[in-house]
This record gives sequence, C-alpha cells and structure tokens, in this order.
Amino acid sequence: MPEGTLCNKKPVETAEGITTLLADQSGKKYYEEMKKLEVDSDLLWKTIQNTCKSRIRTWLEICAHCGMCADSCFLYLVNGKDPKQVPAYKIQSTLGEIIKRKGKVDNAFMLHTMEVAWSQCTCCNRCGTYCPHGIDTGIMFGYLRGLCYQQGFVPWEMKIGAGMHRVYNAQMDITSEDYVDTFQWMVEESEEEYPGLEVPVDVEGADIMYTVNAREAKHYPEDLAEAAILFHIAGESWTIPSKGWELTSLAMFAGDWAACKMQVQSVYDAMDRLKPKRMVGTECGHAHRATVVEGPYWAGRPDGRPPVESIHYIEWLAEALRTGKLKIDPAKRIKEPCTLQDSCNYVRNHGLREVAREIISYIVEPGYFIEMTPNKEHNFCCGGGGGFNGIGLFRKQRNVGLKCKRDQILATGAKLVIAPCHNCWDAIRDLEEEFEIGIRWSFLKPLIIKMLIVPEHLRPVDEDIEEDMDEDEEE
Amino acid sequence: MYTLLTGPFFYLSLGVCIIGMIVRFYRYFTGLSWQLDRVAYKAWPAMGFKGAVRSIYKWLIPYGTYSWRSQPVMAAAFFGFHIGAVCVPLFLTAHNIILKEKLGISWFTLSPSVADVLTWTAVVSLFFLILRRLVLPEVRILTDKKDWGILLITLAPFITGLLARYQVGDYSFWLTAHVLTGEIVLLAIPFTKLSHVFLFFASRAQLGMDFGIKRGGIRGTKMAW
Ligand code: SF4
Ligand code: SF4
Ligand code: SF4
Repeated sequence: MPEGTLCNKKPVETAEGITTLLADQSGKKYYEEMKKLEVDSDLLWKTIQNTCKSRIRTWLEICAHCGMCADSCFLYLVNGKDPKQVPAYKIQSTLGEIIKRKGKVDNAFMLHTMEVAWSQCTCCNRCGTYCPHGIDTGIMFGYLRGLCYQQGFVPWEMKIGAGMHRVYNAQMDITSEDYVDTFQWMVEESEEEYPGLEVPVDVEGADIMYTVNAREAKHYPEDLAEAAILFHIAGESWTIPSKGWELTSLAMFAGDWAACKMQVQSVYDAMDRLKPKRMVGTECGHAHRATVVEGPYWAGRPDGRPPVESIHYIEWLAEALRTGKLKIDPAKRIKEPCTLQDSCNYVRNHGLREVAREIISYIVEPGYFIEMTPNKEHNFCCGGGGGFNGIGLFRKQRNVGLKCKRDQILATGAKLVIAPCHNCWDAIRDLEEEFEIGIRWSFLKPLIIKMLIVPEHLRPVDEDIEEDMDEDEEE
Repeated sequence: MYTLLTGPFFYLSLGVCIIGMIVRFYRYFTGLSWQLDRVAYKAWPAMGFKGAVRSIYKWLIPYGTYSWRSQPVMAAAFFGFHIGAVCVPLFLTAHNIILKEKLGISWFTLSPSVADVLTWTAVVSLFFLILRRLVLPEVRILTDKKDWGILLITLAPFITGLLARYQVGDYSFWLTAHVLTGEIVLLAIPFTKLSHVFLFFASRAQLGMDFGIKRGGIRGTKMAW
C-alpha cells in the first residue's frame, strides 16, 4: 500500500518525526506524496460502522434539502452565495457520499474531501442553529475530519500540530522546563512594578489552577506576566502546573481523537495531582472548548464535566470585577468606539454570552460599546476558526473568509475590537493586515491592567515610580 | 377496489406506519451514544429534558426562531403547508367518520370551511415550495430525484382529495385515488425522508439535549433559538 515517508496514515509520535515534517517547507513534499496516498476503504467503512450512529445517520437521512442553512454560513455569504458552499451540500457531497459508497472512494475524492473539510467549514456550528431539523453540519465536519485524519488526508500544519500534542502535550515544542522558566522569567521582569509578584508552581490545594495557550509561552510571553499580575492584584491563591498546563488542542482541529484524549488527560492529571478548587483557562476559545466542553467526553467521563470546576478567563474576570477583587479606575475606561468578538467556541457552544458583556459594562464608558450584528450565539465566525488560520494551503480561502467579520466590524464603526480568543484575535489581526480598515484589536488582560486601581499595599514603594504613575493618571 | 383499500389495505398501511415509526424511534434513541455524541444524556436528565422540549416547541411556533424570522417567506410557506398537512388528515370530518367506523375512535373535527382554507393554503404553499426548489440555486443544488418523489407522494392526496371534494368528473374514482394515495403516504413514512414527521422530534430533541446539557446548559444559559 503506497504511503509516503511524510504523508501517511501514521500519527507523528516522536520529536524527530516533527522535525522532519517541519523541514519540508510548507509541506511541499508532503502534499506531493498525498496525491499518491491510497485510501484504505475497508478501514474507512469499518470505522464508519463503529462510530457513525443514529444521530449523524439521521441527520444525513432526514435533511429536507431545503437550503435554509445556506444564509447561516459565513463562507456561503462571502463566496458570492456559491451553492457549493451551502452547508448541507458540503456535507452531503463529502461525508454523505463516503457513506453512500460504503467507504469505496479514491484518492481524488479524499483530496477533495480534505479541502472541503478544512477550507469550507470552520466548525463554528452556526448552521446547526438555523436548521429546522437541528442538523449540525459543523459537528459532522468535525467527525469527517477524524475520518480524513485516519486516512492521512490532513493538512500539513494539522498533522504537525497533532504530533506536537502527542510528543509535548502542547501544541508547540515547549517542554515543562521551558514553560516554567518562561513564566518565571516574565514574572521577574514585572516584579519591580508589582512587588511580591510571583508564579506559584505546582502548589497543591490552590483556589485556582491556571492553564494557557502554548503560543503565549512561545510568542506572547507578556500574556503570562499579565495573568500573574491580575491574579496577584486580585489576591488570588493560584498556581500553574509544570505538567498539564496546555489548554489548547490542535488535535481537535486535526481530527486526531486519540491525541485529543492524551492532551486533555494531561490537564486532568494535573487537576488530580494538585487538587485545585477550580481551573481557570486563558483567553482562548477553542482551548476552552477542547479542555472544558468536549474534553471530558474524550477522557471518558460519563458526567461530561472536567474533574474540577473549570471556567474561562472571562468568567473569572467578570467575577473578580463583580466582587471588587479587581477595581477599575472609572477615569481610565475605554472612551472610543469599540466592539466585541463573540467566540463561537464559548458563546454559541458554551453559553457565555452575558459574561463578556458584564465585563464590558465595567471597562467601557457608557455609550462607546457597539454590538456587532448579529451577535452573541448568532455571531459569525471570525473567519479563521477550526484551524483555518493556520493552514498555508488554504490561505487564499481563509482571506476571503475574513470578509464577513471585516464587514461586521466596519458596520459598527468601532476602532477597537475586543477579542478574548486567540484564534479570533489572530483572524482580526490578519484582516487588518489584509484589508487595512484602521482598527486595533486586543485581549482583555492588557486592557484591564491599564485601567486597574492597584491597592496601596501592592504598589512599589519607590517614590519616583509613584510620582510617575500619578503623572500618568493626569494625562 | 374501494372496499379493499378501506379494508385490509387501510389497516395494513396504518399498521406499517405506526409500527415502523415505533421501531425507528426506538432505534434512534438506542443509537445515541453519550461518548460519540459527546452529550451526557443520562447524567443530566432534567437539563436534557428541558433543553429538548425548548428546542422542539420554539421551532413549532411560526416565527418563533431566528431562523424562521430571517426567512419570512419560506417560513410562511413552511407553516402554511405543514399546518394543513397535519391538521386536515387528522381532523377532517370525513376522516373521523372512517376512523370511528374502522377503529372505533374519533376526536375533534374541523368545520368544513376551515378545512377548505387549510387545504388550499397547504396546496398553494406546497406549490410555492416546489417553485422555490426550481428557482433558488442554493436549493436546486441539494435537490435529487428522491426529493421530487416525496413531493409527488405528498401532493397526490391533496389533489385527489380536492378533486373529490369539488366532485370534478368521476367522484368515486377520485375518492378511491385519494384513499390510495393517502395510504401510500402512510406506507412511505417509515421508509423515506417522510420519516421526518416523527424523526423531526427526535432530532430536535437530541440537539436540544446537546445545548441543554453541554453547550450553555451547564452555565444556565438557554439557547436563543
Ligand atoms: S436547513 Fe437543515 S434540513 Fe434544510 S438543507 Fe440545511 S441541513 Fe438540510
Ligand atoms: S459549521 Fe459554520 S462554517 Fe461550517 S458549514 Fe456550518 S456555518 Fe458554515
Ligand atoms: S476562531 Fe473564534 S470566531 Fe472563529 S470559529 Fe473559533 S471561536 Fe469562532
């Protein structure tokens, strides 16, 4: 059975494997090999028989072919209402067809299926809420990705991402030591400004166990410092686990279910080890979904809940602001037109629509916040979800996908977009780069830190610094 | 022919429809898997039940959901057809007389004028749905031969019923044709896409449980369908 050395059905399970794949610039050879990759139809059909049960089968069967889902999909809208972008068509012509043919599909069909699964759906699940039958095409695409992954038809970056989780328990090649070092180093950098600032590592029985997105450690370490500062000022008892600190799951985007389980289990193990009261995860949408919403099922927890109560960063922030643990200086609130990006992953798919708005009510001067239309659980995907942002092969399609969010933002007239989700944040950054509409975008942490009232006893004693700060306030 | 159709064939088609759908319902719900579907159905029955009920009834109300409101014309045609398609067969006086005779049961009946209005609304709506299928590219691309077959099967009892009702030509011919086409619908329900008349409730209930238990329900948020 022809399998490539880079592109094959085996998951990447070693650091060398990752290095070899990474060395293949943009996956050139990888995709060449994919063109010759054979489909294992027996395996495909057996997997379907074992895992495609009444929910998905009924969805495929009773779909009324009514097309009411068309307008709900942002990719349909931004691609000139191309009928080939109707959610029902996309799934019927791929997953539906594979099932109809009992898995007997060829290489060309799978190449096409891969393209549809990763470049024509971000698994935002919006269409599912617009279908009269409650047919959730996003869920089916998630399932289809699993079938593609098993057959080796998966975008290069996704294969690497899933491999990273298998090797490092993180989406990037960051070891435990690297992570703790980076966190500690970033905290030391801020210690002068925030005396007593520290990062408690592996403390048992803390109120909060904090988990992050590996990108923060690798590319945006200031985010780690900001998290520490906010916990410090709020007076929280918190800790980071040295192992099981990664909240995200590229394995979920890749459809590598075994890696999903390994990844989330590493976080749950940290919970069992450190016995925190709660877990708080960073400002990331898919990560929350992976570890808090879907993770319990991958890990085989029948109650569908993580071992300890787990909340999104915005839930913690709202609570800290509500209870007065964090206090905002009203004079420093946002006084420019701003809007909010609702992440599908924790708003539509985890009900946090009001939490973000509560935070807005504390940090934005009344009259300056403008809702996008539509919003809350009906919001459109940022354009880059489900791994779309990260796949070079589909960059062109992704850039078209950004137009929906661009127009939504333009319609608000906002200059600042608050995006408490890594993926959304990236997509909005990219859309500014691509279309230059003159906006800024931000996570919540840096915004809050700028407008915080730091209690007397936590301020630096050095008088010069205090004077500086007073001057700042007057500006 | 008529006696055959209103005799054994009547019992047969009704029996096949009811037993077929019981089997399909049973298989649907036993085929749900908490781990594959990633919904902890059994662990949170009350939340699941509430979510399921909301997810069904919101969609049964004309213009009750964002989706219905965002496509007002389609919603009008949808409800125009479905209200007639459910109420007329069940509550027509003539149907109730037959039910009483055959099964010894009968219930609420529609006044003849209401029945007329509902029937005509259903037929006009169905023609609109057909037109929509022919005209809109996003619907055309989805349409296959089976969809046309289903539309034909569904339309037939309405047309034959109306022809009999207004006694166009040979009354007894149309009446026989009406009974036959009606029974074909009953027979088709468990084996075709028409199964949605029951499975709609199953599928909506499932997604409702998903939202009620996992996506939002856990945070006390009710999905704004
Ligand atoms: S809205 Fe639902 S039933 Fe209609 S075509 Fe789309 S998926 Fe099928
Ligand atoms: S899940 Fe989102 S992106 Fe995928 S088909 Fe549905 S609406 Fe479109
Ligand atoms: S990146 Fe954000 S908006 Fe896009 S699908 Fe993910 S959560 Fe939704």
